[in-house]
Amino acid sequence: MDLSVRIGSLILKNPLIAASGCFGYGVEYAEVVDLSTLGAIVSKGLFLEEREGHPAPRIVETPAGMLNAIGLQGIGARRFVDEKLPELRARGATVIVNVCGTTLDEYVEVSRLVSDAEGVAAIELNISCPNIKEGGIQFGCSLNGTFDVVSAVRKATSLPVIPKLTPNVTDVASFARAAEDAGADAVSLVNTFLAMVIDVETRRPRISNVVGGLSGPAIRPIAVRMVYECRQTIKIPILGMGGIVDARDALEFLIAGADAVQVGTANFVDPFIWSKLTAGITDYMDRHRIARVADLVGSVDTAERTAHT
Amino acid sequence: MPIDVPARVLANRRLSDDYNVLALAAPAIAAATQPGQFVMLKAAAGVDPLLRRPFSVFEILRDTSGAPNAITVLSKRIGPSTRLMFDAEPGGVMACLGPLGRPFAVVQPPSEAWMIAGGVGLAAFATLAEALAARGVKSTLFYGARRGEELFYLDLFRARGVELVLTTEDGSAGERGRVVGPLDRRLAALDPAMPLMLYACGPEAMLAATARVAARHRRPCQVSVERIMGCGLGGCYSCVIPMRDEDGAFHNVRSCLAGPVLPADRIRWD
Repeated sequence: MDLSVRIGSLILKNPLIAASGCFGYGVEYAEVVDLSTLGAIVSKGLFLEEREGHPAPRIVETPAGMLNAIGLQGIGARRFVDEKLPELRARGATVIVNVCGTTLDEYVEVSRLVSDAEGVAAIELNISCPNIKEGGIQFGCSLNGTFDVVSAVRKATSLPVIPKLTPNVTDVASFARAAEDAGADAVSLVNTFLAMVIDVETRRPRISNVVGGLSGPAIRPIAVRMVYECRQTIKIPILGMGGIVDARDALEFLIAGADAVQVGTANFVDPFIWSKLTAGITDYMDRHRIARVADLVGSVDTAERTAHT
Repeated sequence: MPIDVPARVLANRRLSDDYNVLALAAPAIAAATQPGQFVMLKAAAGVDPLLRRPFSVFEILRDTSGAPNAITVLSKRIGPSTRLMFDAEPGGVMACLGPLGRPFAVVQPPSEAWMIAGGVGLAAFATLAEALAARGVKSTLFYGARRGEELFYLDLFRARGVELVLTTEDGSAGERGRVVGPLDRRLAALDPAMPLMLYACGPEAMLAATARVAARHRRPCQVSVERIMGCGLGGCYSCVIPMRDEDGAFHNVRSCLAGPVLPADRIRWD
């Protein structure tokens, strides 16, 4: 059975990826998970410099989901390369670095810095975090901004470049197209949905940033639809995500058109989820006599059903 | 290394309309837990509620041969997960991940130990009281609640030789007011040469007040903080608290990894 997937020039041993912001720097999980068994891990979002993020409270639970506004607290790309990357490399992890920037120049500079380091497999461009004021999403919410960031980083690195797209736009597929046109090797989607929770007793927002990003099973059907729409529009690989908690959810994304999947919120609930996902996917492939997981990608059968959108 | 077990509910003791104590079969976790550590519990399978919730390990229960075989947690009904825990019936199963976090540093004689608990903050202290008693450390529990009916497990602490100083907000038991009142007076009356460690767990306003009193009397204080926590393993960065580093600068540290037990004098209370 072949679980490998190809993302541009990068071949992952399986389609299961730990999503950015949901797996620390990876080293936090080294005791409970054999990091080398994951398709890849995506680091927390990294700017050039350290960031403290927002004050607590940073999360609140919602129906079948959670709202977060961490504010991209992070140690910065330099410290990541010096302090975390060597251990990840030693443990055989396939590392995708989530690159952030407040300016186009910062995206380029961080991308160069991590490209020069040993043991980085790809760059995921964070142009979609809903929780910070400057940078990031302002690129991701404009077609020109998306094109410009991807083009600039494309020129600065030979690593696969994977912009992570926001769902907080009218037509995600047009942003996927802009990324593809700019030379992206793949796209990740979706980041979280901008949302809000209010404590009616105190009339106070439940998180310090007032609004935050919604994740978890509550958003999954929307994310599946967006992956499906992008698959109809672009040729490059898609890393699909949004509320995956079990193998059936992961398979749904693959069948909708994702080449690989990322798992985020579910890792908080079950850090041992990875082997269960692998077992569930291989069991499904067994039952359906599918030799290569890549054969599942985009295999949704819409015959005699038309999406009127 | 933390483990995740499907822990069977052995008993659910409802202490009031809001508080209950669940006993969970988890021998490996019970054997490995040190005072001050916590577990992440998933009150029900499925995705709603989605996240686990952190709970101090309250007691470690033993079988007839003395081997640890279960833990208890003290819960207050607040949201969907704690409601499920309040309603739980023996025989049910909850995913239980632990033990997690850094434990209390347990002092030795001749030092005394004073524990300061507010509400469910009591949960951090049953195992600590046992460890202190085992070392022969003289200990006192300052324990505050809204009313007398919400002062629980006093006999458990008395049985471990702990002196009790009780306060209630309505004056229905002990002294009327907050627990830092008698703490402050006792600290003022104590011989400064007497070595003493303070341990505090409860609402943040109480922890902040305790930290101020401890600083004024120049006494070391370990606080167990209870921030909203997503994963318990350092992955989500939800449970941060501002802490001063060696250079005097404040950084948001993850209370699940650096804590939950932290030095009170390095925390910035907002």
